[in-house]
Amino acid sequence: MIDFINFHLIPGLVLGSIYALGAIGVTLTFGILRFANFAHGEIMTLGAYLTLTMMWLTGWHPLILLPVTMVILSLIVIGMDQAFFKPFRNSPAVTVVIASFGLMLMIRSVTQFSWGAQLQAFVPGIQRPNVFFDALRISPKHILIVISAMVLMLVVHWVLAHTRIGKAMRAMSDSPELARLTGINTELVIKATWILGACMAAAAGVFLAYDSHVSTMMGFQILLPTFAAAIVGGIGRPYGAMAGGLLIGVTEELSSYAWLGDGPLLEPGYKAGVSFAIMIGVLIWRPSGLFRGRVF
Amino acid sequence: MAILELENIHGGYGQTEILHDISMRVEPGEIVVIIGPNGAGKSTAMKSVFGLLNLTSGRILLDDVDITNTPPEKVVRQGVCYVPQTGNIFPNLSVHENLEMGAYVRQDDFSGRLDEIYELFPPLVEKRNLPAGTLSGGQRQMVAMGKALMLDPKILLLDEPSAGLSPKYRGEIFKVVRDINEAGTPILMVEQNAKQALGIADRAYILVDGKNRLDDTGKNLLANKEVAEMFLGGGKTEVKKPAVRKARGTPKT
Amino acid sequence: MDQLYGYSLYGLSLLTFGGIYAMLALGLNIQLGFTGLFNAGIAGFFVVGAYVSAILSTAPSERHIGGFDWPIPFSLVAAMVVSALIGWAVARICMRLRADYLAIATLGIAEILRLIFKNETDLTNGARGVSYIPKPYESLAQPWNHVMMTVVVLAIVAVLYFMLERARKSPWGRVMAAIRENEDSARAAGKNVDRLRVQAFVVGSAMMGLGGGMMAHHLKFIDPNAADPTTATFLVFVMLIVGGSGNNKGAIVGALLMWTIWSATEIFTSMLPGDLAIRSAYIRVFLIGLMLQIMLQKFPQGLFPEKRLETGSSG
Ligand SMILES: Nc1ncnc2c1ncn2[C@@H]1O[C@H](COP(=O)(O)OP(=O)(O)OP(=O)(O)O)[C@@H](O)[C@H]1O
Ligand SMILES: [Mg+2]
Repeated sequence: MIDFINFHLIPGLVLGSIYALGAIGVTLTFGILRFANFAHGEIMTLGAYLTLTMMWLTGWHPLILLPVTMVILSLIVIGMDQAFFKPFRNSPAVTVVIASFGLMLMIRSVTQFSWGAQLQAFVPGIQRPNVFFDALRISPKHILIVISAMVLMLVVHWVLAHTRIGKAMRAMSDSPELARLTGINTELVIKATWILGACMAAAAGVFLAYDSHVSTMMGFQILLPTFAAAIVGGIGRPYGAMAGGLLIGVTEELSSYAWLGDGPLLEPGYKAGVSFAIMIGVLIWRPSGLFRGRVF
Repeated sequence: MAILELENIHGGYGQTEILHDISMRVEPGEIVVIIGPNGAGKSTAMKSVFGLLNLTSGRILLDDVDITNTPPEKVVRQGVCYVPQTGNIFPNLSVHENLEMGAYVRQDDFSGRLDEIYELFPPLVEKRNLPAGTLSGGQRQMVAMGKALMLDPKILLLDEPSAGLSPKYRGEIFKVVRDINEAGTPILMVEQNAKQALGIADRAYILVDGKNRLDDTGKNLLANKEVAEMFLGGGKTEVKKPAVRKARGTPKT
Repeated sequence: MDQLYGYSLYGLSLLTFGGIYAMLALGLNIQLGFTGLFNAGIAGFFVVGAYVSAILSTAPSERHIGGFDWPIPFSLVAAMVVSALIGWAVARICMRLRADYLAIATLGIAEILRLIFKNETDLTNGARGVSYIPKPYESLAQPWNHVMMTVVVLAIVAVLYFMLERARKSPWGRVMAAIRENEDSARAAGKNVDRLRVQAFVVGSAMMGLGGGMMAHHLKFIDPNAADPTTATFLVFVMLIVGGSGNNKGAIVGALLMWTIWSATEIFTSMLPGDLAIRSAYIRVFLIGLMLQIMLQKFPQGLFPEKRLETGSSG
């Protein structure tokens, strides 16, 4: 039982928090710009590498550098939007998605060129977990990741529910035409969307790197579960994305627990397939997502 | 001097022309009604004010200033508010947030105006924290109108505010339209309930096939034989296509 | 003279790889270009075709299931059939999804297929891959073995091209075009839109499977890395967009052209010294991405714009 918690549930929550943060960006882009951004994984990767570089320069802790990363990444992403997405504002979704393929390849090659393709780590060596009640082993970084992710999700909630721009984002997600007729500056809302998405992507990338390692494919590797989280939560719905992320992360980790007999229920090599299976199930049976009711 | 004036508008959504030489105007303090059969171009005429069309010729004047092809977000800032026929609320925002969005372009404190709107539409008070999309049709229309009124507009454009409502709500909406007008806001309104609408109209335009057919005072048009045949008698009844709200984010079926 | 010979062989290699990619691009064209179906899982159909044809045609081996020593033409047909079946299943499930959902779902399917080929070691020899795959005419003397391989590939591409052109101009193709122009009115006209879409998806998937099979025979080796989306999916998108989505000739020219650029830049970067060579290899991917952006922004029609057929009166 305690193994279940130590080796499956807690890693699942950590992974789930990371997916949730990534999925917030995906779902916001989908709700407001109306396309699935395949470059989002690469944006997360870029966040991790920016932090890694600043760690080399300053020697500071990655979580202290995270706000700086968020600012830089937001600026970069807004630049990308202007150069690579703005020309497609009135194009069909297919065109924009293909454009995002192009951007994905470009960001990835720039990270590979700048930082090399080999794995790197924020913190070399293995951290000792803290032991609670003699058996519960939680490593400090896991505690930090989950708590920071929760705080960030509260921030997202606060922005969307209580700020003028956040409400305008939701309004535009509901109906872009009515938003314009209401006098909302849609380009400003789009910028805000990218900023919020980029900040959460930075956090997702940094947490993922902090939990394991930094690599140029890390973002693309979690793109599918991130999309799955967004779809499971009802695409366009940030709260759904948060719940979907946690659900997918925990399920992925629990799938390799020895539920029946001794061996893992599902070979760990297929872990990545779990999110996909859930996503397909949702697309077939509940295409508007698992959670009914309010979008925000 | 007219508040709003459409001068010989030609245009449509793409290449096909839908409005063929439409002209109309709204004077201060007036209620002006547009009636016409389905597909006549009534909604299209309203959208032309918001730069949502591809106009090939003609001008649109607001207080004698040319606003032809001005994008919607700028037209709103000049005090023209519009309640579209469909999709006129943000369904996932609460009633209160919808009203706040109505005041989006206001920089000042609008809490007083919010109170006035709730006074104008008392049923909204207890629904203020519910998502607007969960309200009944009549109450949704109230949200839409309340949202448009948040700016205290120079002129209010209403596209079929009573469509699909029960007679009770329809009466209420017409009463509110009169109240708003009496408080000083000129109104340009598309309506299918020709009799009721002409009853409160100072003047009315009849549009058929994207062209001006008739215009006169509401009273005269009510008495007009052609109008009676077309809209008041057995001719056109309340067969309206249901308001289709755009489904987004869900796979198409 | 030697140099000229070397260049010729290189030219043959470009034509062979480019031709195999043309099969993928034609497959994508029938899905995306003709029908508007957004398949971002080309790599999946490609790798299935490659493994099926490889395992059926190799000599029996300890390392993986089979081989079955089938003649290559038969194993290629089997590759197409299996890819088509998977395409059919995918289409049945996902056909009604809107475009970007379909892209996500197909990307996921490709990933699952890659995982299967990687993890089912008993069947596929896992990450070590399948080797000793036979190649058509490999017993001929240099350079005729290369020449014949190129001829085989180009002949297949030519056959596909003529078949697709006929299909495009047939009543079937006209209905497909009508569906893409205006789905609702096609439905209203009594067309079974979903079934036609499934057909297009299945045909496209079969062609991708064929491309995969040819690649396996050409390389004589296949491993799960062949399902790398960069080279097996996104590169194909670039080819089709550059050539002109909706145009079969464009798909072929785009594939040959982009493969030449892709390959030639590799020669260039590999001449750079040491570390720089490795790094500048990444620049190639950057250029591919940039190319896609430039084409979409400035020349969305591609080199060969789609030739619109009259769709009005056709049946
Ligand atoms: N967004 C659009 N794009 C293209 N054509 C449109 C669009 N909206 C309306 N039309 C076409 O323009 C014409 C006029 O439509 P409009 O909505 O203005 O009619 P209406 O008089 O408001 O009718 P109703 O009584 O049904 O509201 C119709 O032929 C319609 O098909
Ligand atoms: Mg209308």
